[in-house]
Amino acid sequence: MGSEVMEQELKDLKVELSKHGIFTTTLEEVYNWGRKNSVWPLTFGLACCAIEMIATSMARYDIARFGAEVFRPSPRQADLMIVAGTVTKKMAPQVVRLYNQMPEPKYVIAMGACAISGGPFRDGYNVLKGIDRYIPVDVHIPGCPPRPEALLHAFITLQKKIDAQQLRGAGRARHLKAETPSEYPVPDFGSHDLEPTHNDEVFPPRPESPFKVLP
Amino acid sequence: MSSPSIDPVGVDVSAEAIRAALVKGVPGCEATVVENGSPSAQHSLLLDHEHAVEAATFLRDHAEFRLDFCSNVTGVDWPDKEVTEKVKVTKVVDGPDGPKEQQVEETRKTLIPGYLETVYHLFSMEKKHGPVILRLRTANRGEGNHLPSLTPVWRSAEFQEREAFDLFGIVFDGHPDLRRILMWEDFTDHPMRKDYVPPEEDEPVMDDGCAPGSSAEQGAAGQ
Amino acid sequence: MSGKSMMEESAIGLDEQMGATYGAGRHTLKPDAEHESQILEVAIGPQHPSTHGVFRMDVQLDGERVVRLKPVFGYLHRNHEKIAENAAYLAAIPYTDRLDYLCSMTNNWGYVLAVEKLVGIAVPERTEYIRVIMAELTRFQNHSALVGFLLQDMGASGTPLMYAFREREKILDLFEAVSGARMMCNYLRFGGVRVDCTPEWLEETRQLVGRLPRFVDEFERLLRGNEILMARTQGVGVLPRELAVSAGVTGPMLRASGVNYDIRKVDRYGIYDRFKFRVPLGEHGDVYDRYMMRVLEMRESIAILEQALKEIPDGPVQDPKTKVRGLRPKVGEAYGRIESPKGELGFYLISDGTMNPYRYRVRPPCLINLTILEDMCLGLSVADVVVTLGSVDIVMGEVDR
Ligand code: SF4
Repeated sequence: MGSEVMEQELKDLKVELSKHGIFTTTLEEVYNWGRKNSVWPLTFGLACCAIEMIATSMARYDIARFGAEVFRPSPRQADLMIVAGTVTKKMAPQVVRLYNQMPEPKYVIAMGACAISGGPFRDGYNVLKGIDRYIPVDVHIPGCPPRPEALLHAFITLQKKIDAQQLRGAGRARHLKAETPSEYPVPDFGSHDLEPTHNDEVFPPRPESPFKVLP
Repeated sequence: MSSPSIDPVGVDVSAEAIRAALVKGVPGCEATVVENGSPSAQHSLLLDHEHAVEAATFLRDHAEFRLDFCSNVTGVDWPDKEVTEKVKVTKVVDGPDGPKEQQVEETRKTLIPGYLETVYHLFSMEKKHGPVILRLRTANRGEGNHLPSLTPVWRSAEFQEREAFDLFGIVFDGHPDLRRILMWEDFTDHPMRKDYVPPEEDEPVMDDGCAPGSSAEQGAAGQ
Repeated sequence: MSGKSMMEESAIGLDEQMGATYGAGRHTLKPDAEHESQILEVAIGPQHPSTHGVFRMDVQLDGERVVRLKPVFGYLHRNHEKIAENAAYLAAIPYTDRLDYLCSMTNNWGYVLAVEKLVGIAVPERTEYIRVIMAELTRFQNHSALVGFLLQDMGASGTPLMYAFREREKILDLFEAVSGARMMCNYLRFGGVRVDCTPEWLEETRQLVGRLPRFVDEFERLLRGNEILMARTQGVGVLPRELAVSAGVTGPMLRASGVNYDIRKVDRYGIYDRFKFRVPLGEHGDVYDRYMMRVLEMRESIAILEQALKEIPDGPVQDPKTKVRGLRPKVGEAYGRIESPKGELGFYLISDGTMNPYRYRVRPPCLINLTILEDMCLGLSVADVVVTLGSVDIVMGEVDR
């Protein structure tokens, strides 16, 4: 309780000081400000949604306004993976591997109905029903395909999320906790399906499904 | 860089005409016309296995037909079918006044064995006509799933026959590179077959009423 | 084709290239006596910035030269055919949008045409015109995007693609105004279209079409005579005519090899016989010809659009008696095909008299155009393979379905 009051006081003080031309900040703020404005996405298009992703990076929607126009072809240089399109079972191991190859801190946007849940192709035998079965996802955008504005909205949401991350304490960001993994197991090709079909760590089994099977 | 407009050349490429030419040109070739009841009236020709490659080469090189373009190759699965029919039979029945002949209705079940089929759609780029449709049928859906490959005749069949092998399990003898094309190597099923059962999912799939045998479809059938 | 004569004198003998196979032409692959080379196996893709999606090529390299190339498919195999076989006829239309996701309108048309053949549905006059307008707008935006992507593959990072997408956005706005969606239009119906175009929409389209020639001119000014473009494309990835025919290559790629086969002219589906347009043909079958083919087809599309927008009659867009929902065609089959921007897009349907198709097959032009990728790429360097692949114009949604 006391710390909250103190934080408010500090904020007021900062505003007051800035009126006199003195700017103060914290390490956390500078760090997050720098990171959130230079998120480099991976050039990673899977299907139709990737075309909308490209459209977002073009002149009309201009994702460069948010500092994210630097699409990197190599996962080693990227901070953000936009899973844009249908993840098939044949592709899923590669997606997980790419995620594992990205350096921390890393973020994932699941773009489109397919990346979230399988979307229109959910009934397919080769379609993964959502990439969050294998890797943690930060922002989901529904839509088939989501409009470029929706992608920009997701991006701003991610920026807000980055901005709120703490560097210390119990609530510190995921990548700063030693015990959380930064790599996730890559599924294998089985004779009928992927093995395992999901990763319990990121996709815990639900006790009761909200859907009912029709008789 | 321009071209005059093209007029289709008046060669008869109906299934009947092709059959007549085949029987004459390829000795021993058995070709049967398969009727098509839809308004498109695209009838097709069923070929036997031994002469399929020879017949295909004949059609490709024939001076009038010149079917040099094999556009579409696809597999079709026809599973075993049980046909129930009602037949009237005369039987000796024990009546109140002794045995007597009577007409009785009986349901008879016949099992029509299934087969796999490949369909080839041929056109001619030179003569600008088509389609001519060829069919090949396997002996059954189990061990006898072999068919001659037409890839040596038309290169365009290469990937499409691989696809039929992958998704339907039709083995093409004489194909230069018969591997799975869409699914991974260790996959064991043939998912486009009608009796393929997808792996169990932990979440149920929504029923939109259009799947065969679903409750809504049966309701709509009565309309 | 200005600039070609300049190249003909240079070391790259175009005629030699015609038989470009392993060890022929410019690329002599004789092993160096002193330096024994080693064969290197590389998998390009499925995650690679220049494979246009999730395409993969397993290549074997001798130094920088390709000695073997095997395409690997299936990374976007979304089971389109199986899903459509378990759905009603009408329910497959939105799935066709997602086949070749740059050209949803032409995909719709291919499927709708096959069903119309299967059932025997007549199409009203006005609808035919609307379909032609939509198809040609689609062709235009597909080709302009392709040229942008192709140049991106050559290293012209950004600029040409920006130009292409600027124009594409305008066309997408038109699609959105009439169908409600930018990319996945889901607009055509059996025997008609979903909604009629308003006169304002047609007026706007007329204005846009009036501006399109300027865009093509500008685009060409940017690229024509560009020495890097010509050096990278002329004589590269040559596809001989006979091979193209035998391998079932269709679309602009076939015509770049000099075969006069355009389904709009051959089948005259819809009302294409009413319009005057020319079919551009190439001579050399190299990447440059394929690139040029797209630019010339864009101009022909504009010509068709101008005629169609002038002649479009009033009238209904759908016969109210046509059954669109709950279609139950008679037992039979039909194969319908159209000239999509990528090539021959065919749909093969078998009906068993029920509500859903017994067999639903898509003949994907992109997959079949890739049959000869290895033949075109043997002996080239990896950078040229990327350009050759770019000129084939593939969209993975259609390759793998
Ligand atoms: S969500 Fe829709 S647009 Fe996006 S990849 Fe899936 S099908 Fe394509």
